[in-house]
Amino acid sequence: MLSKRIIPCLDVRDGRTTKGIKFKNNVDIGDPVAMARHYYEAGADELVFYDITASSDRRNIMIDVVRRVAGEILIPFSVGGGIRNLNDMRDVLLAGAEKVSVNSAAIQDPGLITAGAQAFGSQCIVLGMDVKRVAPSSTIPSGYEMVIHGGRTPMGIDALWWAKEAVRLGAGEICLNSIDADGTQAGYELTLTRMISAAVPIPVIASGGAGAPEHLRQVLAEGRADAALIASMVHYGTYTIKGIKDYLAQRDIPVRLVW
Amino acid sequence: MIIIIDYQAGNLTSVVRSLKALGVEGTVTQDPAMVAQASRVIFPGVGAAGKAMATLKQLGLDQALRLSFGRGIPILGICLGAQIILEHSEENDAACLGLLPGRTRALPRVEPLKIPHMGWNRVRFLRSHPVFKGLPEGAEYYFVHSYYPAPAETTMILGVTDHGIEFPSAIGRRNLVATQFHPEKSGRFGLQILKNFLAWDGSHAK
Repeated sequence: MLSKRIIPCLDVRDGRTTKGIKFKNNVDIGDPVAMARHYYEAGADELVFYDITASSDRRNIMIDVVRRVAGEILIPFSVGGGIRNLNDMRDVLLAGAEKVSVNSAAIQDPGLITAGAQAFGSQCIVLGMDVKRVAPSSTIPSGYEMVIHGGRTPMGIDALWWAKEAVRLGAGEICLNSIDADGTQAGYELTLTRMISAAVPIPVIASGGAGAPEHLRQVLAEGRADAALIASMVHYGTYTIKGIKDYLAQRDIPVRLVW
Repeated sequence: MIIIIDYQAGNLTSVVRSLKALGVEGTVTQDPAMVAQASRVIFPGVGAAGKAMATLKQLGLDQALRLSFGRGIPILGICLGAQIILEHSEENDAACLGLLPGRTRALPRVEPLKIPHMGWNRVRFLRSHPVFKGLPEGAEYYFVHSYYPAPAETTMILGVTDHGIEFPSAIGRRNLVATQFHPEKSGRFGLQILKNFLAWDGSHAK
């Protein structure tokens, strides 16, 4: 039986990892290469790097991080943040990442998903979705709207529609982030996760809101997520990946326990 | 010389890196003449069977692989490389290399399970094989695929994995062994498989 994946997420700014609370007041917590090695040895099933560098030299800085991380770990990892075209994708994949995550660029140019899937294979293309709860309307019938710029800019696009559309365009996986839950450590957005996961044939990674092992159990069981993204829970040493996995295994969630 | 065959089907850096972790240099090539001199061949790849076969033929690598198999040198297929060694793939209805009898089939979706089969899963080894020695019970391996190899004879199935159906995830015959999962992305147990492969003389599995 396929194990549910536990995926630490590392936000990287100027080559250093940070963890933001609701995308504000990011705090520097370390070297991404050292953290990748640490999480690899600690039993992470995969890693996600999210580049939030703003400087003009951002691409070279991140490619260097990706190359050094790839030399340290023998598990898959993906890179997101600022992937705008096929060249960005190629650079990241050739530097050693298994997957790239596209988010706002895919909303602005949906053809990017198809082009990426054709060039590198669907399994390489993760659709990152930042989603905010709104009152259901004729434009947003599901009550969940796509947003960009860390939640500041609503796009007038229904999240459920967009998830299905991305599958049609060739996305191989969805990383679903709830802006409402992100940084709260109060639990994942279960309704949203279950709705999206039940509607698409491809795997869904739940993101935003993890604060305790029980939150992972909820989103992997009731939320029907295939994987769970975690950050603060493990970055600050409150929990270990092994501790989280033991908790889940005791509650009949299939997880990888030997590594 | 350890040859990693490059037929433009995905990124081979992780295979090269994992060999490096074992202190071994692999040579990535598209040149059939290099393949002819190989002492050992790794045949990785992700992507679609139709395009992969077209590229292999165009580069003359299809024949190079058949010759390598005939020479008896150890060959390791990975992922797409475990599929197109069979005679035919349902993906793109593609005629394949035919190193082993059998067909590559689409994984049926058994809800609520997802396709592609992506992530860590176990392999139940059915037969002992030098390449799969020393792997602990409960070890998991990284998969990402929507099709699976179905060899014509059960004796070629070395291990199986469950994802809605039980499918062959490790296959082989004579000097050829292949995994549907990615040993190069499967942590230290994957590395153990690569290490075993590098030590294997290609003799018939017992």
